[in-house]
Amino acid sequence: MRMVTYFIVAVIAYIIADIIWKGVPALTWDFVTGAPRESGAAGGIFPVIVGTFYLMVGTIAVALPLGMASAIYLSEYARQGRFTHAIRLAIITLAGVPSIVFGLFGLGLFVLFFGFGASILSGSLTLACMVLPTIIVASEEALRAVPQYLREGSLALGAGKWQTIQKNVLPYAIPGMITGSVLSIGRAAGETAPILLTAAAFYLPNLPRSVFDQCMALPYHLYVLATQHPDAAKVRPMQYGTALVLVALVMGVNFGAILIRVHFRKKYKW
Amino acid sequence: MVIANATYTDSSGGLAAGLQTKVRATGLNFYYGPVQALHGISFDIPAKQVTALIGPSGCGKSTFLRTLNRMNDIIDGTRIEGTILIDEKNIYAPETDVVALRRRVGMVFQKSNPFPKSLFDNVAYGPRIFGTKDRVRLTEIVERSLIRAGLWEEVKDRLRVSAMDLSGGQQQRLCIARALAIDPDILLMDEPASALDPLSTARIEDLIGELRRNYTIIIVTHNMQQAARVSDFTAFFYEGHLIEFDDTEKMFTKPAQKKTEDYITGRFG
Repeated sequence: MRMVTYFIVAVIAYIIADIIWKGVPALTWDFVTGAPRESGAAGGIFPVIVGTFYLMVGTIAVALPLGMASAIYLSEYARQGRFTHAIRLAIITLAGVPSIVFGLFGLGLFVLFFGFGASILSGSLTLACMVLPTIIVASEEALRAVPQYLREGSLALGAGKWQTIQKNVLPYAIPGMITGSVLSIGRAAGETAPILLTAAAFYLPNLPRSVFDQCMALPYHLYVLATQHPDAAKVRPMQYGTALVLVALVMGVNFGAILIRVHFRKKYKW
Repeated sequence: MVIANATYTDSSGGLAAGLQTKVRATGLNFYYGPVQALHGISFDIPAKQVTALIGPSGCGKSTFLRTLNRMNDIIDGTRIEGTILIDEKNIYAPETDVVALRRRVGMVFQKSNPFPKSLFDNVAYGPRIFGTKDRVRLTEIVERSLIRAGLWEEVKDRLRVSAMDLSGGQQQRLCIARALAIDPDILLMDEPASALDPLSTARIEDLIGELRRNYTIIIVTHNMQQAARVSDFTAFFYEGHLIEFDDTEKMFTKPAQKKTEDYITGRFG
């Protein structure tokens, strides 16, 4: 058992060390702030970072309110029964759907049917669909962790249901909700398949100006450099640099989620 | 089965002269799903008196208490028949504003349930819900409520600390202060001292004695000595029926029902 654990840790450590070892030399100021040149063989990845950032912000903006609202409805308002059970089952199933299926769904619905085209909007909506189940499940868990007597205490003082949720449930549940959501959005940031068909371009001369523009994105950039580029050996340093930035970004997001949790755990205890 | 002792009821079923009816339950049946928890409860609870509800676990006394501020409403699958009049208004009438009802009928729970907020925010919770924002006014209410709950002297210098830092007995008095802050006329207490040490219990009992002048207090208790010490009237519940309701002194000395006597003398329960 212990050996297996060590083995897994060793493998992960090796991968990260390898990325850092080979990525750091590529990580110059120019690389982080410049635009790609010679089809990604030279220059930097600034527009790529910006693209991923936009996609993440878009995903959060769509998925967080929707997911939190769904969780509040499901755990605070809906009568628990066969119907809510079916919904929960659907949510869990949705969480297990492969990401390429979400990509195709996004292509069909947002890109073609709604006519948003391949754009930041389509990509964000697609990613939002993908992370929604995780956000709902995490948020429901956070709501359930708030003891029932806090709701009763508030209702007994003459507070309405929504007032009770607002003032005496959400304040204690929100840290958990945000932590779970941020973790899932960190994962979305590293996904290639959903944005492949809905948002990402390998090279754009300008930064996106509106949500209807396409954007570049770290995972997609990495995918193309590693598998589609005519001169794969020449762009290897670029690949490692991009991979390093992506890994750092995802880890940074996860670390942020942990900080939020620690901060609020100190604030609220019961 | 239901006996309202003749000494305290006139021919119309009301309380004797000098006592005003605050709560009148009539033919109250209560169901958790298919299980009937209360069977035809009918009696009058007098205003500005302490009424104790006693009986073994599962006898329906807490369920009855929670019908008075409609806290049972939040449990899925419950059903109620019959009427409860408070100040002669049926609180189960369709037009009843439950929020307004709960404002008049405060409740203190068995397990003290302070909110994980500061002492001040705990006591100010109710008034804020009803729209009091003025800082000075809120400070007044908080101070007055804490004084009435007998907690002011112990906490006046640390209203900003978390309620979770108080002792169990202090937490329960804080919950009483929080209930008083919305100025109810009825105070429901569901075994308020069952989780407390003897000293804290004595403080809560003293407090009930002080509050009886201004509030109609209905207290559920497991502890017969406590019922005898704090209450003016006692209702004995058994298996969802009201067996006997009378003056506390009479209940504990000359109960009319054999079951009451058996329970009070500790033969069962």
